[in-house]
Amino acid sequence: MGSVYLDAAAGVPLHPAAAEALTAAVADGWADPAKLYGAGRRSSLLLDGAREEIAEVLGARPDELAFCGSGTQAAHLAILGGLAGRRRAGTRFVHSAVEHSCVLHAAERHAAAGGEAVSVPVDPDGRVDVAAFAAAADGAALASLMTANHEVGTLQPVAEVAAACRDLGVPLHTDAAQSAGRLPVPAGWSLLSASAHKWGGPPGVGVLAVRTGTRWRSPLPADERERGRVPGFPNVPAAVAAAAALRAVRTEAAAENARLSALVDRIRAEVAARVPDVEVVGPATGRLPHLVTFSCLYVDGEALLHELDRRGFAVSSGSSCTSSTLTPSHVLEAMGVLSHGNVRVSLHRYTTEADVDRFLAVLPGIVADLRTGLEGL
Amino acid sequence: MITLDQRGRRCPLPIIALARHIGDVPVGELVAVAADDPAARLDVQAWCRMRGHEYVGEEAGPDGVPVYTVRRRR
Repeated sequence: MGSVYLDAAAGVPLHPAAAEALTAAVADGWADPAKLYGAGRRSSLLLDGAREEIAEVLGARPDELAFCGSGTQAAHLAILGGLAGRRRAGTRFVHSAVEHSCVLHAAERHAAAGGEAVSVPVDPDGRVDVAAFAAAADGAALASLMTANHEVGTLQPVAEVAAACRDLGVPLHTDAAQSAGRLPVPAGWSLLSASAHKWGGPPGVGVLAVRTGTRWRSPLPADERERGRVPGFPNVPAAVAAAAALRAVRTEAAAENARLSALVDRIRAEVAARVPDVEVVGPATGRLPHLVTFSCLYVDGEALLHELDRRGFAVSSGSSCTSSTLTPSHVLEAMGVLSHGNVRVSLHRYTTEADVDRFLAVLPGIVADLRTGLEGL
Repeated sequence: MITLDQRGRRCPLPIIALARHIGDVPVGELVAVAADDPAARLDVQAWCRMRGHEYVGEEAGPDGVPVYTVRRRR
């Protein structure tokens, strides 16, 4: 019995289309795409082809899209560059309380440099209120709202917030890392960041899109690469593989979303029915198709992860005992839900119904064992 | 009212202690939990919601450690 990987939200295995493209592009796309000789032109063609394909899927123009080293770096560049470009409009940066830590780290950096960072609260489902977000964004230099939450799967009202921000004249960054390739990108963003290894591309490829007309100034020393947005020699083969994966997953998305969403519905229902004292976290609808999170009362999250790992299941947790800082997940905290005994299960194209059956078969026993001596509490 | 000293103990231990001792006071009375694990702030409130007790609030103890107060409701 092999191990079952259920942590797609952290990154999915390389899509076979990407593996094939990567091998070919390593052979063909090794030269400097900025050079004018034949090998350089081949690299440049490959890079621009990848750029066009990814831009199309994300609803951007090719010249708006730049490759960088990770989704985190893309978000840092989007936010710090967006704030630098809007310095004359002030220093207020507004974001939801449940953004990925890369957005919060950019906000901390901005605040440490004398800027203002405002966190907009969420409801118990983890969703921002459009009117409340817009009120906070009024007069801001930049706002940021993720398409979907990485820990609990909640979809955010990005299109509505983007429309409100446009009326206010405030650019909106959206972190599309969890939804890109699975769901259409909501309209109206000014800055977008995403990460290829979440959609089946190789790790080490981030995507930054700067909508034409958006004020943006590189927070890094700039060179001639990627239109001055990301300095340094680009990883052409990885970008090509990322594009191949995105093209493939977009074709598969409708069928895969339906399949994974049905499995998630099963996990939500059966965990609640078969494990006593569980809080399933996040909304039943208006969520990512492939992700479910729950917290088990009186259970140590680290022990639960360890037991699941011993039985061959790789999952993630937002419980404090599993974090390096020993603080609970800021997402669970913002939602006001139980934080200990927390498990995030996220599915991908290789997840089978049999995997889910096995997970649901072992989970109740593991939780019961970890609660030995706590009966009746 | 009783106070449970859960300093230095990580969640879920402070919540388990709360569950063990809520029955030590009559319905309507208070149990306080002194806990320095930051997760306790969230988890005491979640436990109250799941078990039908009332979360009264939080104040800092003499040593600065938060003390969370719960009213037994059932």
